[in-house]
Amino acid sequence: MPLIEFTDKGLYCARGLFYIDPWQPVDKAVITHAHSDHARPGSGGYLCHRLTVPLLELRLAPPPGSVMGVEWGETIVMNGVKVSLHPAGHVIGSSQVRVEYQGEVWVVSGDYKTENDGISGAFEAIRCHVFITESTFGLPIYNWKPQPAIFRAVGDWVAENQARDKTSVLIAYSLGKAQRLLLGLAPVAPEIFVHGAIWNVHQALVNAGVELPAVQRVTPDLPREWFKGKVVIAPSSAEGSPWMRRFNPYAVGVCSGWMQVRGNVRRRNADAGFAMSDHADWKGLLGAIEATGAEKVFVTHGFQATLSRYLNERGIEAAEVKTEYGEDEEGGELSDAGDGGVARTDVDAGEEAVDDGKE
Amino acid sequence: MEKNELVIGGMRRFAELAVRLGTSTKTNDRLEALEEYFTEAEDADKVWMIALFSGRRPKRTVNTTQLWEWCREVTGLPGWLFEESYHTVGDLAETIALLLPEAGVFEGAGESLAYYLLALARLGREDEGVKKAFVQQCWASMNRDERFVFNKLITGGFRIGISQQTVVNALARSAGVDASVVAHRISGDWDPASTAYSALLSGEGGGSDLSRPYPFYLAYALEEELPALGVTADWQAEWKWDGIRGQLIRRGESMFVWSRGEELMTEKFPEYQAFKDLLPVGSVLDGEIIGMGGGLPFAVLPFAALQTRIGRKNVTKKNLSEVPVGFIAYDLLEFEGEDWRGRPLAERRRQLEAVVTAAAHPLLQLSPVIAFDDWMELAEARTGARERGSEGLMLKRKDSMYQVGRKRGDWWKWKIDPLVIDAVLVYAQKGHGRRSNLYTDYTFAVRSGEQLVTFTKAYSGLTDKELAEVDAFVKKNSLEKFGPVRTVKPELVFEIAFEGIAASARHKSGVALRFPRINRWRKDKGPAEIDTLEALKKMLEVYGK
Repeated sequence: MPLIEFTDKGLYCARGLFYIDPWQPVDKAVITHAHSDHARPGSGGYLCHRLTVPLLELRLAPPPGSVMGVEWGETIVMNGVKVSLHPAGHVIGSSQVRVEYQGEVWVVSGDYKTENDGISGAFEAIRCHVFITESTFGLPIYNWKPQPAIFRAVGDWVAENQARDKTSVLIAYSLGKAQRLLLGLAPVAPEIFVHGAIWNVHQALVNAGVELPAVQRVTPDLPREWFKGKVVIAPSSAEGSPWMRRFNPYAVGVCSGWMQVRGNVRRRNADAGFAMSDHADWKGLLGAIEATGAEKVFVTHGFQATLSRYLNERGIEAAEVKTEYGEDEEGGELSDAGDGGVARTDVDAGEEAVDDGKE
Repeated sequence: MEKNELVIGGMRRFAELAVRLGTSTKTNDRLEALEEYFTEAEDADKVWMIALFSGRRPKRTVNTTQLWEWCREVTGLPGWLFEESYHTVGDLAETIALLLPEAGVFEGAGESLAYYLLALARLGREDEGVKKAFVQQCWASMNRDERFVFNKLITGGFRIGISQQTVVNALARSAGVDASVVAHRISGDWDPASTAYSALLSGEGGGSDLSRPYPFYLAYALEEELPALGVTADWQAEWKWDGIRGQLIRRGESMFVWSRGEELMTEKFPEYQAFKDLLPVGSVLDGEIIGMGGGLPFAVLPFAALQTRIGRKNVTKKNLSEVPVGFIAYDLLEFEGEDWRGRPLAERRRQLEAVVTAAAHPLLQLSPVIAFDDWMELAEARTGARERGSEGLMLKRKDSMYQVGRKRGDWWKWKIDPLVIDAVLVYAQKGHGRRSNLYTDYTFAVRSGEQLVTFTKAYSGLTDKELAEVDAFVKKNSLEKFGPVRTVKPELVFEIAFEGIAASARHKSGVALRFPRINRWRKDKGPAEIDTLEALKKMLEVYGK
């Protein structure tokens, strides 16, 4: 019996009687991080990193006492199986799950990124026999610029908008990229406004003792002049919605790994796209996998067929696994186009008309 | 900022322009970006820029397979992974730009756009090794945006979402010349390598003035009820022909043919040379290039027949006799060397009739004017359009001038309703451009007994939201994968609209459609309710001759 099985409820450790990031209610769930495709409501008990606790409470409203928080590296024994969490670098509180039984070690990555973003904890490669990795950006076209370069580009764009008296609206996930952006923008933008969804996450984290730059929540009573030339951070559900009207004139910048490809920026009808992701890029994935020393790799959500074929060709035994991860609450980085935003009418659509050589 | 400390090279400036144009969502922003470019760039680069955006592409000296190989050599990636990347990005130039390792120092960024284009042109005479060394060395010295643009220059296909009209407007503003004048001056046959910017804009371009066409006046689709157009007597109605819009130019000792895509097509239609001695020197006719059969005064062959003529390099006697190409004239833009575009249509039409009648050649025909006394009568006439091989009506105000580009108000096209058929989605492939990494290119099937028979592809007609929905369905319901193509569970039903149908030996279904697109998603229908192959064949019988 393998230490972790892939069942229709999720990743299951039968020996330890617990699931990892199950997509259906179970008795005991170990949670890698608080994004809604990994942390779902209805389970009896949750084990997660200390900083994920307030986020689960915010998002899942679990019964009091059902969520247990631990520190990275702390070992919990569940029915004889040793379980510990280790930084995954994805978002605040995000962790890889290390599972050990009789000397055999499996690691479930959850979502991860290998660059240290300064707030999520630096990704730690854990030696193991079997590694279960994500593959959201598992193609060599995805190679991120270092964070300081991205922040510079965002900062330049904000300055350009300021010069034109435009509000800069940055579209970012409410958990993860929103906090990262704050960190990068606080030095250049003294006053930052946020959407309610981001405000809630911000408050939960600040109350849990995380140090974050101050933000101001956008509420209906704020005078419109306040936003002039300022920075606003909002989730993609706000993009193109009436909520945005108060910022007019504004420019929209989308922060997502998918912005690496020009067509996606155009599809989103964004004024700017910043290829900034909380997932590992191609080199990050390969480096992390190699560093685990794993003999066998299971590849989940993303470009799983591509990444596993490549690993096999390089002599690392790999297989793809179907899971229900990858559809985030804000439209999911995976199904990028499906963000709940209302489509904007493209006034210039005529310019894109295919020239068929006739009227 | 870093930008201001460096001297920006021409190529980098051009790449920055391409990025700005590619992401800006408003026409005004694009105009501003272009105007800035025309103010700051060096003259030689401006000339090339105009050439590129008006479809004057330099000859390809490096092919895509070579680019592909040289990139693979630099990156060491296996071929299948390269292909996988390409299908996700949907653009070869961009795929390569993304795959190449980011260079540390950009030494070559000081070179101009003209430098690279001339260097690429010279490569035509070199052997493969020299080409490779040049391209790889360029890549190594460029940043990602520059590489993208550089690759685009090599592969041709420069389309980044701006119309020629926008370029013309920006040029007109920065040069202080009227837009219609600019449009005329930059059209025609000129070589960017030997044309100076000042000469081009002043109308003394090095190219042969003789062949220079006028920018076409294009109509919008009719938006309101007919009576809103006012008095019928103010309007001229004609059939809308399904061929290629073209200009016949008779000047000096020559006869030229331009397509609306600003392509000089003189060589493809040798029958037009017969008009040379029949048309007065200094005349320019606007009309439709069309496959012309016999009958009185003429019969129009289906577009598919015309396509057999456009597609080939050398026209044989057999082609000429099978599909003779005629010209249906509907406007006169120049007469006796004088620009007539400012005169009213009624006057141009009278002179056109005189010119065409005097020429008296069976392949040069006047576009008939449809007589009608009230709007109802015209609406009735329209229902008979398809039988005449026409795709609807054109309505032109009799006092209209011949304008530049697509304009509302004086000219309208009123197409007949398309043919439609319900079909099921069976294959999907990822799209290109703004549809990159989304399954948006579909193949559809109709039923034939127990079988599904594919009969057309369609790429357009769905909203972004619907596309996302179909994309999610494809990802969850793939049956098989053939390279980039996914076989999809036959479940989603769409109404496919098209303008015409012709017999085709190349397609399994035996038919080829003209302008197929998705009319709407029939969520109310299941795969059991789609149309049959017999229904398609019936349409072929009725409309496909």
